[in-house]
Amino acid sequence: MAIEVNGKSYETDEEGYLVDLNEWNEDVAKILAEQENVNMTDQHWEVINFLREYYNEFQIAPAVRVLTKAIGKKLGAEKGNSQYLYELFPYGPAKQACKIAGLPKPTGCV
Amino acid sequence: MAAAEFTTPELKEFPAIPALRPDAMAESKPYVASDKINAAIGFPGELVPDWEAKAIGRLGELLKKYRSLKVYLDSCVHCGACTDKCHYFLGTSDPKNMPVARQDLLRGVYRRHFTLAGKLFPKLVGATELTREVLDDWYKYYNQCSECRRCSVFCPYGIDTAEITMAGREILDSIGYGQKYSNEIIGKVHKIGNNLGLPGPALEDTLQGLEEDVKEDTGVDVKFPMDVQGAEVLLVTPSADFFAEPHIDSLIGYAKVFHAAGVSWTLSSKASEAGNFGMFIGNYDQLRRIALRIREAALELGVKRIVVGECGHAWRVAYSFWNTLTGVGAGATDPFAIELQKQLDHRYKQPAHICEVTWDLIQQGALKFDKEANDHRIVTFHDSCNVARASRMGDAPGGQFEIPRSIIKAVANKYVEMAPGTTHEATFCCGGGGGLLTDELLELRVKGALPRMEALKQVVDRDGVNFMATICAICKAQFTKVLPYYKFNRGMVGGVHQLVSTAIKLGSND
Repeated sequence: MAIEVNGKSYETDEEGYLVDLNEWNEDVAKILAEQENVNMTDQHWEVINFLREYYNEFQIAPAVRVLTKAIGKKLGAEKGNSQYLYELFPYGPAKQACKIAGLPKPTGCV
Repeated sequence: MAAAEFTTPELKEFPAIPALRPDAMAESKPYVASDKINAAIGFPGELVPDWEAKAIGRLGELLKKYRSLKVYLDSCVHCGACTDKCHYFLGTSDPKNMPVARQDLLRGVYRRHFTLAGKLFPKLVGATELTREVLDDWYKYYNQCSECRRCSVFCPYGIDTAEITMAGREILDSIGYGQKYSNEIIGKVHKIGNNLGLPGPALEDTLQGLEEDVKEDTGVDVKFPMDVQGAEVLLVTPSADFFAEPHIDSLIGYAKVFHAAGVSWTLSSKASEAGNFGMFIGNYDQLRRIALRIREAALELGVKRIVVGECGHAWRVAYSFWNTLTGVGAGATDPFAIELQKQLDHRYKQPAHICEVTWDLIQQGALKFDKEANDHRIVTFHDSCNVARASRMGDAPGGQFEIPRSIIKAVANKYVEMAPGTTHEATFCCGGGGGLLTDELLELRVKGALPRMEALKQVVDRDGVNFMATICAICKAQFTKVLPYYKFNRGMVGGVHQLVSTAIKLGSND
């Protein structure tokens, strides 16, 4: 599978995750988000950018708790919970946010 | 996401056997594993050209290796006792999800090639050729069985239908037609150490964060140690416990129990996964290789006890298979197994379930609780299939049912049972077990959860239940996902040790 962004083709896997995470850019993220029916706002970008930073350091997306804590620190305690993340990414913060951030899908019993 | 639209079944007041809808789930199947994923774990990359002969050959090998499989394939008399016992049948109405019909997909081919009557008079005995259509049916419907073994409880011959599903999947893997979800995970457990693919540094960072969180919440320095040489207990737990919610709250619970009881313990970066998907795909070699990581870690760390966290199928593998696979428990005879036998402290159960550890400590009076801390919860307990029907805890029959319940009652004041026939050995699967917890099977997972959701609704309506405790990472993830489809709050599922964590009094050891 592949998606078209600004005339360039980007390979995705059968579930729509970007195959080469180095190809990711903000325009790609917007198209991925569109396919997920997620309307990207500044709040969404906060999460996506944190995910990418964390991934660059640890080669894995952060645990949900690590993410909620980081968001809580940045945006205030009332937003540092998974309910807030589900509001932003209704299919589930781990998988849907990872997809938009161009990261591999977390596997296992999650 | 990619999953097609579907309608969530309606919750009925009383369970009813659905009218048949042939081929209702004929489109449901998981993604096929890519050649890259298969190659990494030694399976053929894609469907081999001579798949028919290879598949029948592999079936023949399995029949020789597992006498049980031959007995199960021979002894079904089509009495129909299993037909309405499967949650996937009840939820989907697809007649091929009646356990007997699902088994017959393999049984027909077995009869054609391995029984005299089937070789001579195939039509008379329901023998079938392995056509491409039959092969695809294997792929679809052996991936619509969660190997939960509820139907087996009701089978007068005791046919273990999960064994047939496992054989079906093993044959499919042997010809390059395995499923992506399980095979990708097996690759990760070998390469990185756990199903999630969580590398050591990320694990360390997560654990450090947890220490800070617990300190902030309780004021107590509860440790989450990793790779500590000479610790008494090695805790092996599903990697979802490090990553997902509500799983992580049970991990915090285990740590608080060890802390409060003053037991030294450690996690292992090498064996940072209790789960063993080798069992789900029915592949003995993978089952063994995944289990051996835990032995290696135990020998390296010199631990005296091995304890398994809240993971249903891991406990089945640990309780039922680790003895001969690894020498945790008596049985294996290779030098490393014997060395491990000598190293472990046999005053304790080897391996032990975390619930056994906690319950023993409660009985000894080593743990103190503020039960009122759980007063905002009205709790019920969902028995996880692999714990309920494939293992035991404690010293008495039924310990696997009673010990988790006893813990809950020791830490919470309000406890309610769901309807008989939906719990204990007759428990309904969560709908996501056995290697099916993947997004493309969401319709199957939602529909398969129907019987459990009906039983839950009864106690929600009648007793105000707002927390369903369970001791399995798959159950937790599956319910978190499917509860909202039935208009329940996803936050109402959690672990038994999450309840322990809420009520336990810390500090006496500081």
